[in-house]
Amino acid sequence: MHAIVCIKQVPDTEAPVKVDTARGELLLAGMPTMVNVFDEYAIEEALLAREKFGGKVTALSMGPAEATEALKKALAMGVDEAILLSDPQFEGADAWSTAYTLAQAIRKIGDFDLVFFGKQSTDGTTGLVAPAVARFLGIPALTFVFKVRSLDPVGRKIVVERLLEGRREVVESSLPAAVSVVKDINQPRYPTLLGIRKASKMPVPVWTAADLVAAGANPAGFGLQGSPSRVLRVEYPPARAGKVELIGGATPEEQAAALADRLLGLKIL
Amino acid sequence: MVLQPHDPTNWRGVWVWVEQEGGVAHTVSWELLGQGRRFADALGVPLAAVVAGDGVEALAREAVARGADVAYVADDPTFASFRAEAAAALLVRLIREHCPEIVLLGATTRGRDLAAMAAAELETGVAADCTSLELDVEGRLLRATRPAMGGNVLATVAIPTQRPQIVTVRPRVYEAAVPDPSRTGEVIAVPPALPEEAIPTRVLEVLREEGGVNLTEAKVIVAGGRGVGSAEGFRPLQELADLLGGAVGASRSAVDQGWISYPHQVGQTGVTVRPDLYIACGVSGAIQHVAGMRGSRYIVAINKDPEAPIFQLADYGIVGDLKVIVPALTKALKERLGK
Repeated sequence: MHAIVCIKQVPDTEAPVKVDTARGELLLAGMPTMVNVFDEYAIEEALLAREKFGGKVTALSMGPAEATEALKKALAMGVDEAILLSDPQFEGADAWSTAYTLAQAIRKIGDFDLVFFGKQSTDGTTGLVAPAVARFLGIPALTFVFKVRSLDPVGRKIVVERLLEGRREVVESSLPAAVSVVKDINQPRYPTLLGIRKASKMPVPVWTAADLVAAGANPAGFGLQGSPSRVLRVEYPPARAGKVELIGGATPEEQAAALADRLLGLKIL
Repeated sequence: MVLQPHDPTNWRGVWVWVEQEGGVAHTVSWELLGQGRRFADALGVPLAAVVAGDGVEALAREAVARGADVAYVADDPTFASFRAEAAAALLVRLIREHCPEIVLLGATTRGRDLAAMAAAELETGVAADCTSLELDVEGRLLRATRPAMGGNVLATVAIPTQRPQIVTVRPRVYEAAVPDPSRTGEVIAVPPALPEEAIPTRVLEVLREEGGVNLTEAKVIVAGGRGVGSAEGFRPLQELADLLGGAVGASRSAVDQGWISYPHQVGQTGVTVRPDLYIACGVSGAIQHVAGMRGSRYIVAINKDPEAPIFQLADYGIVGDLKVIVPALTKALKERLGK
C-alpha cells in the first residue's frame, strides 16, 4: 500500500487577516503559518491505512521553503517520506496550476494506491485541487469523505461514506483513487517527542520545475503563467450596516416577545 | 498562457448545469438560469441548460420554461445517481462541441467536483463558491467575488484568457427563474460520454438519517455555542429551528465538546453560511466563527455576556440566559405565527 498525502502550509487561522486596501492585496508577509487543519485528518487517514495494510506514506507539498514545516510535521506524525515542490516558477499558482503541478509530481513518484487530501485549504477554500488532481491523473475522486468503510488493496477496491448536503452517500470505487477528507473523520495523532526528533533529522528532498519537466511536465502549466484564473482584488467584507439594537424588558418573556415582533417585522419568516 | 491558450473570440454562449436528484432540480440551478438569462441577453448570445439524469426529459422542458433557449439532455441509466466522472466527461464533450464562453454551476459538493474536473480537462479556470458576479459586457469577462481566508476577506477573480469561464455560485445568491410554460426552446437529446463499465465508481447507498443537516441552503439557522452547555441544551434550539423551518448550527467549541456533530459546525473549519436569519445563542463570536456567518442577512445574538463580540455584528441582541430566552422566543413566535 502506498498512500500519498498532499498537504499545504497555510496562514494561521487564529491570526488576524490583513489587507492592503489601496492595492487590494492580502498582506501575507510575516503571518504565522500552520498545516492546513483538514490536511492533518488526511495524514492520519493515510497512517491508519498503512497501519492496517503495511506499505508506506509519502507526504507532498508545494510551496516556498517554509512549507517544509508542514512536511516535518507529517514526518513527525509518522509519514515515511516527504517531498517539497518548490521553485520560483511554481509561485502564484491557482487551483488549476497547483493541481497540475501536484499531479506531475505524483506521476513522477509513480506507484500509488491512494492520494489523500484535506477537503479544502483554509486560505483558498476552493476545494478544487483534489478533484482536479484526480482528473489529471485519470483516477476517480472521492471527495468530502467522512468515513473509509473498507479498503481492499488486493481486490483494488475502496468503499467510503461521503458527507454531502443533508445526507451521506456510500460509494464504492476502484483503486487508485483520490480521497479528500472532512474534519472529524478521525482523531489526528500528536507527534511524539521521538517522532519530532526523528523528523528533524530526515531529509526533505526538493523537486524543482526542472525536475518535473525532466519527468514529462509542461512548464507552461506552472505558477502564475499557468493559472487560468487571476485574483483581481482582495478586500475586507463590507461592515455590517447599523448597530445592534439591544432588546430590553422587565422579564425574559417580555424580551422574547419584543424580539419575536421585530423578527416578524422583517418579513422573512 | 496555460498549456493550450484559447482564443476567446471563438467561444459564445452562456450555459447552466442543472443539478438534479430523482428528476427534481436543485433550486440553485433555477437561480442560475435566471441570472444566466440576464448574462446571455446582455451578451447577445443563447442560454443553454445541460441536464443529465435518468428520466429527466421533463426537466429539460422545465429549463426551457425557465429561460433556456436550448436544453441538452442526457437521459440515461448511467446518470441515475450522480457520479462526477460521468458528468464531467459529458460536460467536457458538450463544451468542446459548442464552445460556450460562460458555464455556471451551483456551488454544491457536486457542482464543485464537476467544475474542478471539467476545468482540469479543458485547461480553464474555476471561480469557486461565488457570492456575486459582475459581467463586463464589452470585455465579455465575468468578475466573480468569493469569500476567501475562511470568509475573512472577499476576493474578486476572473478568467481572462481561457474559455469557458467556469463559475460555481452559492445557493440563494439569485432569485430562481420563474417558469413560463409558453416559452419555446429546443430540447436536444445527447448520449452519455461514458459507458457504465468506464465509470470507476458506484453509489451503493444514500443515507438520510435524522439529524441530517443542510446549513448552506437553510433560510434560518439557530446556532449554539459554548453557552449552550450540553448536548441536551441544543434541544430548545432545535425546537426553535423546527418552528421556523430552519437548521441548527454550532460553533467549533460546541462541536469540540461533543455536544453536537461536526456537520453542524459553522465557521472556518466548518461551513460558510448565508441564511436570511442567523440566531446565535451562547456564541461568543470568535473570528473563525464570524467569518463563516457574517454574510447572513440578519443576525440575532442571545448571550449572557454583554461584552461578547457577537453583539458587534448583530442586528438585534438580548443580553440574558439563552436557556430562558430561547424557549420564550419559540413560544412567542409560535403564538404569533398561529402554530
